[in-house]
Amino acid sequence: MSKGNTIVAEGLRKRYGDLWAVDGVSFTVGEGEFFGILGPNGAGKTTTLEIIEGLRKPDEGSVRLFGEQPWPRNPKLLPRIGVQLQASSFFEKLTAREQLETFASLYGVSTGTAADMLELVGLTDKADTRENKLSGGQRQRLSIACALAHDPDIVFLDEPTAALDPQARRNLWDVLRAIKDRGKTIVYTTHYLDEAEILCDRTAIMDKGKILAMDAPATLVRGLDAPTHVMIERGIIALDDAKSLAGVEEASDDGVSLRLSTRHPGKLLSTLAERGALEGLQVRGATLEDVFLELTGREYRA
Amino acid sequence: MTAFKSLSVAMFKGFFRERVALFFTFLMPLMFLVIFGLIFGGASSSKTKIDVVGDGPVLTALNSTGIVEFQRVDSFDTAVQAVRSGDVPAAISVQGNKVELRYAASDSVQAGTVQAVIRSVVDAVNIKASGKPPTVTLNSQQVEDSSLSAIQYLTPGILSWGLATSAIFGSALTLVNWRKKQVLRRIRLAPVSTGTVISSRLLVTIGTSVLQAILFVAVAMTPVFGLKLAGQWWLALPLLVLGSLSFFSIGVLVGSIAKSEEAATGITNVIVLPMAFLSGTFFPLQNAPQWLQTVSEVLPLRHLNDGMVDVLVRGKGIEALGVPALVLLAFTIVVGFAASRVFSWEDS
Repeated sequence: MSKGNTIVAEGLRKRYGDLWAVDGVSFTVGEGEFFGILGPNGAGKTTTLEIIEGLRKPDEGSVRLFGEQPWPRNPKLLPRIGVQLQASSFFEKLTAREQLETFASLYGVSTGTAADMLELVGLTDKADTRENKLSGGQRQRLSIACALAHDPDIVFLDEPTAALDPQARRNLWDVLRAIKDRGKTIVYTTHYLDEAEILCDRTAIMDKGKILAMDAPATLVRGLDAPTHVMIERGIIALDDAKSLAGVEEASDDGVSLRLSTRHPGKLLSTLAERGALEGLQVRGATLEDVFLELTGREYRA
Repeated sequence: MTAFKSLSVAMFKGFFRERVALFFTFLMPLMFLVIFGLIFGGASSSKTKIDVVGDGPVLTALNSTGIVEFQRVDSFDTAVQAVRSGDVPAAISVQGNKVELRYAASDSVQAGTVQAVIRSVVDAVNIKASGKPPTVTLNSQQVEDSSLSAIQYLTPGILSWGLATSAIFGSALTLVNWRKKQVLRRIRLAPVSTGTVISSRLLVTIGTSVLQAILFVAVAMTPVFGLKLAGQWWLALPLLVLGSLSFFSIGVLVGSIAKSEEAATGITNVIVLPMAFLSGTFFPLQNAPQWLQTVSEVLPLRHLNDGMVDVLVRGKGIEALGVPALVLLAFTIVVGFAASRVFSWEDS
């Protein structure tokens, strides 16, 4: 393993009762990398994260975090890691600023960083608002700020975007990108595949305790032998005509547009362009959802 | 700020921003003081009321004893009816030298008192009428005894109970809430020792107890209640700290066992209420059966109670602290050890 690896996990297994929640997970995360663990609920994402953080002991396998063992509780590692837990864990009745100050002081860090963190997550105007008066998205952002309050080298975020409305999710993406720009290593779990595709340098797709695939999202998608869907306005060319175009595997008319599936989208598009048939063009490539479908043989359901 | 200081501050703020907690900690004990003060304060000064019909030397003599209070009624029949229905313990009719007494059988102590008083008055009047000097003379004088007026034993008792309630509830609820919301787990991920977390909560508990005591004693000392503190009242401070320590250990135990706030509240009530009654918080224990008094010897509230009564109002010195201090410490160690066995940072 190269020296730049922040996390080296090998053969992790963890059993709850009869169920192997984590069943042979190995991966590495490099310094400054944005690493996503994605998969449906119950895939074992959170347990994997907890093992890496040192909150749980793996039944089998080993973890090295900055070259150290996180379990049993390793006080040497604690100042270097920032953790946002799945539930928003706050001190009761304290304001946003007080939360940050309290968390920072647990690490012996001066309270000066509170204002900086509030700005990073866009909560400066909520500094004096108590935690129970914040919206779901604001609570999530505050809990991420609390994970960062002591300026750790690596941040673990467990489903930070779960249960947020689309606008709040997008706001949070900006926060996550800003954290990455500060040079932090980020490991995060999500069940939104589209989000992982946008944010992550690399992703591991998990299902039933196992990692099914791991690579950059674009590589995963490209490696997939999945057709591209080209849609144009219906009525421009006849359905039968469309079926006979070079490279078209399948053509259908859904009543609104004509849908053509192809593995050679470049060629098909130039043919359509020659015919002047690009009216209402939409091109949809394969996504991580298709990767998941390919890997598991079932539709992705978060 | 150090982790200890900031955790203490966080807990203090969390506590003082919670109105319900403030009510149970500061107002409820005061309410109990008012209620019990009224019940027992009234009982000790009231005279036995009896219905009276007619007039004569016996009535004049009876009135001057000051033991009974007259309630004039029109006819003896109405008076007897009042006795039958339990409104008054006795009724007396005096027509010159003819005295009729009717008393209720339900309360033998009051019936006995009334009979004895009236008989002695009647005898005295008879002796006086005979003109002979009495053969036996009785000389009686009042002495100050050590039994306490209601407020003097109620104040230390209800104060101790208030301390127990808030210390146990407070620490148990903090633990349960922090575990449920994963705050404990989050703290565990910071380089903070278990000792820091526990001792900061203990500081909050002791601080709250001191505030409670100051407020409570101040109210009890107002003329309305009339508490008089003994000279060495400040000896109550070490007791207060030791008492808080033992209740804190119960709180940590409850907070370790209970999985929800509701469960913690229930368990705390099951512990605190029987303990309060068994410890003589609201009623003095001297009339309780011996075995009950023995049971109460193992309760920390009993010893805090006794110690408080001794130094706050009986005016005893530092020697009165020995037994309570030892028992409270021993209790803390035993329960604290049990709590450390069952404590967990997270659910499941």
